[in-house]
Amino acid sequence: MKTYTEINEKIASKKAVVLTAAEIIDYVDKKGLEKAAKEVDVVTTATFGPMCSSGCFINFGHSTPKIRITEAWIDDVLAYSGIAAVDLFMGATQLRHNDPANLDYPGEFRFGGGHVIEKLIAGKELQLFALSYGTDEYPRREIRTTFTIHDLNQAIMVNPRNCYQNYNVAVNRSNRPLYTYMGMLKPNMGNVSYSSAGQLSPLLNDPLYKTIGIGTSVWLAGARGHVYAEGTQHTSDVLRSINGVPEEGAGTLALTGDMKEMDAEFIRGVSLKGYGVSMAVGVGIPIPVLNEEILKYTTIRDRDIKAQIIDYSYDYPNKTGKTLGSVTYEALKSGKISLMGKERETSSMSSYEKALKIANLLKGEIEDGTFLLTEPFKKLPVNQKMKSLFVKDGRS
Amino acid sequence: MKTQKLLLTFLKDSVDKPIVYHLVKDFDLITNIYRARITAEEKGSLILDITGSEENIDKGIAFIKEQGVTVDDAQKSFRWDEAVCTSCGNCLTHCPVNALHIQDTATMKVIFDSELCIDCLGCIDNCPYGACQSIFQE
Repeated sequence: MKTYTEINEKIASKKAVVLTAAEIIDYVDKKGLEKAAKEVDVVTTATFGPMCSSGCFINFGHSTPKIRITEAWIDDVLAYSGIAAVDLFMGATQLRHNDPANLDYPGEFRFGGGHVIEKLIAGKELQLFALSYGTDEYPRREIRTTFTIHDLNQAIMVNPRNCYQNYNVAVNRSNRPLYTYMGMLKPNMGNVSYSSAGQLSPLLNDPLYKTIGIGTSVWLAGARGHVYAEGTQHTSDVLRSINGVPEEGAGTLALTGDMKEMDAEFIRGVSLKGYGVSMAVGVGIPIPVLNEEILKYTTIRDRDIKAQIIDYSYDYPNKTGKTLGSVTYEALKSGKISLMGKERETSSMSSYEKALKIANLLKGEIEDGTFLLTEPFKKLPVNQKMKSLFVKDGRS
Repeated sequence: MKTQKLLLTFLKDSVDKPIVYHLVKDFDLITNIYRARITAEEKGSLILDITGSEENIDKGIAFIKEQGVTVDDAQKSFRWDEAVCTSCGNCLTHCPVNALHIQDTATMKVIFDSELCIDCLGCIDNCPYGACQSIFQE
């Protein structure tokens, strides 16, 4: 048994033993759970992939004369301005003004909120265009200027739903191509798309939320961020298998961090043909090895993590709840799975390679004594169901 | 016998020359065209394999150059930008020849083998990050 304080003391004196969630598997196999739990202090987990429910709040400071912004665009992407005078919220999936979207189907969706956020973090120059109706104390009615992140007072990323614990595996049983957030799905199950870092993924290594909770310090694209709430659609009452690992969506985290500390390698604008724009986010989360039970959860491996195969041509849009069975991440990562009597090629939306890089970067920061752990001050809900939206006007 | 993949760029005054015909007839080269395009600005691009003896290939390339056509390594038509690629792997099922493939399942790093690429451009529409680009892009 170790405490957060003891682990942090070891980290501060640069003596903490840290392994990634990939390394810990063989380590525990070799040393045994009891010995490994004594030796290892922290296991680092990570994920990198499109996380639509992301965005940022920014504050510009005041111009002379002052403006109370009521409509605003950054690089022609609409920012939400229904907050204070020079505060704006930029959402990751907001499409650039005048983008034809799917009018010419499938649309290209080249630029949106996620790209704006990537440019900001990269220190590039962006254009602000804002309007106002003007008031006595904020007389300016229009503003057009350029800025970089360094000109802003604050640029705080706020992501209501990141780090989905597990995710669907998408196929297309129809006879036409589908353009989805899981990429282009070929007709007649011509490809299989998944999206999880599997054995490296944060919430798959802490399936029952024993250490990751509200207040947990996280590595958010290189910045020191934290979990500020349960993520939207956090659903913990789900189908679970070995070690309590969910076989479907399940838990999520709401994350925040200072964009001025971030690295643009880990926040990337995403264009998905026929679907829209999004943003890929890189997150690393340390798991303190408080006891053998917590260590055991981190030894989960791809062959023991299953995900549900869903038909995105019918069952997903119509919410039938039907699945075509389950498949392990080991099989998915091999490049081919057998489904309905045929071998089918697999591909991923989430990058295991980037996740591995993040897990190692976080490991380095903890070994160097620069990243301390935080004990959550509130647990994530463990028996929460997902509500549906019932349409009350009589239409289904 | 060897095979070489070429990118030919035709400018306005050479677009009407039947280069491939001469490569076959005069230099005994086997040609395999992957992709060709001519634009409204009367600039043409052509990607092809030529197969034959080393001597005939050299003569053929010299002939092409004499016609005022630029000859490049075919990979100048398609560019995979490793720095932009996140190794998500969404391209993998859209590359029919495994030119884009996974290095190994331990790292899951995506790598590109230009020798295998047939310029189908299937990856371009399916890269969420714009890491794949081609001069043949619409």
